[in-house]
Amino acid sequence: MLKGRSLLEPMDFTIGEFEEIFDLAEQIIAQPEKFAHVCNGKLLATLFYEPSTRTRFSFEAAMLRLGGQVIGFSEPGSSSASKGESIADTIRTVECYCDIAVIRHPKEGAPRVAAYNTSMPVINAGDGGHQHPTQTLTDLLTIRCERGSFSNMTVGLCGDLKFGRTVHSLIKALSRYDNVKFILISPKELRIPEYVRKEVLIKNKIEFKEVERMQDVLPELDVLYMTRVQRERFFNEEDYIRLKDSYILDAEKMKKAKKSMMILHPLPRVNEIAVDVDDDPRALYFKQAKYGMYVRMALIMKLLGVHI
Amino acid sequence: MDIDSIENGIVIDHITAGFGLAVIDHLDIDRSKNKIACIINASSKKYGKKDVVKIENVINVDMAALSLICPNATVSIIENGKLKSKTNLKLPEKVINVIKCKNPRCVTSVEINAPQVFHLTDEENREYRCEYCDDLIMFKREILA
Repeated sequence: MLKGRSLLEPMDFTIGEFEEIFDLAEQIIAQPEKFAHVCNGKLLATLFYEPSTRTRFSFEAAMLRLGGQVIGFSEPGSSSASKGESIADTIRTVECYCDIAVIRHPKEGAPRVAAYNTSMPVINAGDGGHQHPTQTLTDLLTIRCERGSFSNMTVGLCGDLKFGRTVHSLIKALSRYDNVKFILISPKELRIPEYVRKEVLIKNKIEFKEVERMQDVLPELDVLYMTRVQRERFFNEEDYIRLKDSYILDAEKMKKAKKSMMILHPLPRVNEIAVDVDDDPRALYFKQAKYGMYVRMALIMKLLGVHI
Repeated sequence: MDIDSIENGIVIDHITAGFGLAVIDHLDIDRSKNKIACIINASSKKYGKKDVVKIENVINVDMAALSLICPNATVSIIENGKLKSKTNLKLPEKVINVIKCKNPRCVTSVEINAPQVFHLTDEENREYRCEYCDDLIMFKREILA
């Protein structure tokens, strides 16, 4: 039963509950018009303390396409946060007006503070460099629709794995499926955080390896999950120059990849995927963004407990 | 050196030598009202040296804080001059407002009224995980809240 629950990190829901959401998302994809009024009279609060285009738009579009309405702010300067109001007080106030809240915040764990101070469902839309569970729902729905299953695959995650919240959530979620191997491609300075390595990978005896260059492992991958590596994250210029090309995917490198390999990216992209890859049928990142809206529609319906 | 035995209260024995005063510091006991004895570097057959703390007329202490500072200690409750119970401490599974998260990106660095909650992840290395940001920390006395 998902009604009334919050989604703060992927492990809050079981695999079975994920499947419920994906099943509903697929029904919405098949016949969106049937769901156009299921959230009539419901109000979604979007509390964005940090900039966002895709996630905020997709949540707003999701709620509007379900017949509900949206209120909120897209930067803390236009809310009482600028006056120093705590997250706890903000959510208690928002609860008086809304049925469900989506929160993005630069501080890690902020959505948990919100959830602890309200009885309405809270959805984490990204908290600092920590977690981004609805991006994970998006990633998984894309894999399910385009590949069919989550088991027996080698997933390469490339780029900034230290601060990449989408990466942390995806590893956690995929760690529960059978025979999923990870190849973690990043400079040494940007490797996954200790809690992901110890608490998720090592504790669950999941096979993984850490490498510095994408080209060395491309032929092994079934899924390549790209993220952006920012120049300022490198500790020195020398390493940046040495490694920067290892984190840029282009048509030349794609020649080494399997014909069935999926390229995913949470977006926005800067230059880590060259535009000459966009027309490759394996490039699924724009399709992925559309799945993101459908899976958020399904999530909102489940947490509000509404049906057709 | 001898210290009188207590009639009612608590005896914390086998504290790692040098940590006795830290135990008193973190147990939030009113020093102006309670009789407290701290024996530093007492002889110990098992460890060579140990500290012992005796507190009269107090039996309710923060066991979670105590377990973190001195996980090998024993806690004896004395009533009417007799031993009522003796407990061997072990690291608590969950601690609230005992450890403070040091991750500057953690929400607890700005949301000052949020309780500091940690979960034990690795007993051998005394490692705890922050409930909010998942940061792992090896417990040291300096990080007490």
